[in-house]
Amino acid sequence: MKLWLQESPGGFYDKMNKQMATYIQENMTGVIAEWQQMMRDERDERSFQVMSEEMVNQTSREFAGLMTSSLLESNEVYESRLQDFADKVVRLGWSITFMTKAIDHFAEIVYEGMRDSGIIHQENMDGFIHEFSNWATPIRNSMIDTYSKTWERTVSLQKIALQELSASLIPVFDKVSVMPLVGTIDTERAKLIMENLLDGVVKHRAEVVLLDITGVPVVDTMVAHHIIQAADAVRLVGAKCMLVGIRPEIAQTIVTLGINLNDFTTTSTLQRGVEQALAWTNRKIVEVEEA
Amino acid sequence: MSDQSSVEILTEWDIVAARQLGRNVAKELGFGTVDQARITTAISELARNIYLYAGQGRIEIQQLTENGMKGILIIAADSGPGIPDVRKVMEDGFTTSGGLGAGLPGVKRLMDDFKIETIQGEGTDIRATKWLR
Repeated sequence: MKLWLQESPGGFYDKMNKQMATYIQENMTGVIAEWQQMMRDERDERSFQVMSEEMVNQTSREFAGLMTSSLLESNEVYESRLQDFADKVVRLGWSITFMTKAIDHFAEIVYEGMRDSGIIHQENMDGFIHEFSNWATPIRNSMIDTYSKTWERTVSLQKIALQELSASLIPVFDKVSVMPLVGTIDTERAKLIMENLLDGVVKHRAEVVLLDITGVPVVDTMVAHHIIQAADAVRLVGAKCMLVGIRPEIAQTIVTLGINLNDFTTTSTLQRGVEQALAWTNRKIVEVEEA
Repeated sequence: MSDQSSVEILTEWDIVAARQLGRNVAKELGFGTVDQARITTAISELARNIYLYAGQGRIEIQQLTENGMKGILIIAADSGPGIPDVRKVMEDGFTTSGGLGAGLPGVKRLMDDFKIETIQGEGTDIRATKWLR
């Protein structure tokens, strides 16, 4: 019974895994050299070119180690190695295409090497082909997984960062607040601008709000429409809205588009807007002569 | 002679990509900042129309050289529902989306040449050119 168990498929494949690992370990230098050559021959290959020779060699050894580790070590050890390596290549900026090619080429070289040295022959070929695919596929999958997780993380972090930058209302003087708008205004942001504007006006008891569009690259009809709506809403909660930071080219485009901003007080710079806002609230900034 | 590139419009962010492309081409051709703003605004309007009304389509940017003049051509093409009454959408203040209704007439004013072809149920093709003076 026990003897039969050893002959079970698991044991059979374990033996093949060991053979593969032994082959790689014995021929490490040759395999790595051939693999590096193949990777360099790839079209559009830039990942190696930007790295120093020493770095390329070190990363290659790590990669070969990882590939062998998946054959020998327990799942936990291998998983953590894989994670470390994937994190590293993502940092190095290796493309995902380059990485999957790296895995394919490595497996290819080992397979051909084992066939040429007679370890793989006619009888066990099917088993080995199966085993090679079992070897490369999970590595490739987890690589892709790590890459996409990294991207997802980056995108969600950037989304949060963008939201933080989106639209904050800053009280600059008593009764006067400024909302600087930087970057593209899309529907989602327009909504946020409106909410923050109204909340802020009530919270800071602002009487004048300055919307600064210095940092908005394009003012098309939709952006203008959102700004007009926001200003109307601000008027409803009892404050005045002023549009500041209109660059000359934006002014010309607004006029050509035929957007009517006649109900607005507008100024070219934030500075002038602040002066105007203070005038509306019966104040002004004066220079003090030193005694 | 022309040199072209294009952006598919599927999401709101593709509008940004389209006008970025237009701005780069306009800059390359030597347009000043005012004309750059006009061109990018026109692209923004056309791309937004695609996004709002057709759902998807594409913006193509071509560099033109004609009779020694250089120019930029914007093509906005979609296979959306088409525009039922072209004369109406070219009127200022006409809107079906609750917007300002300045989009298409605005684009016409921003650019030098403006052509619109639309077939109901088949799509719309708008071509707008700005020449470098």
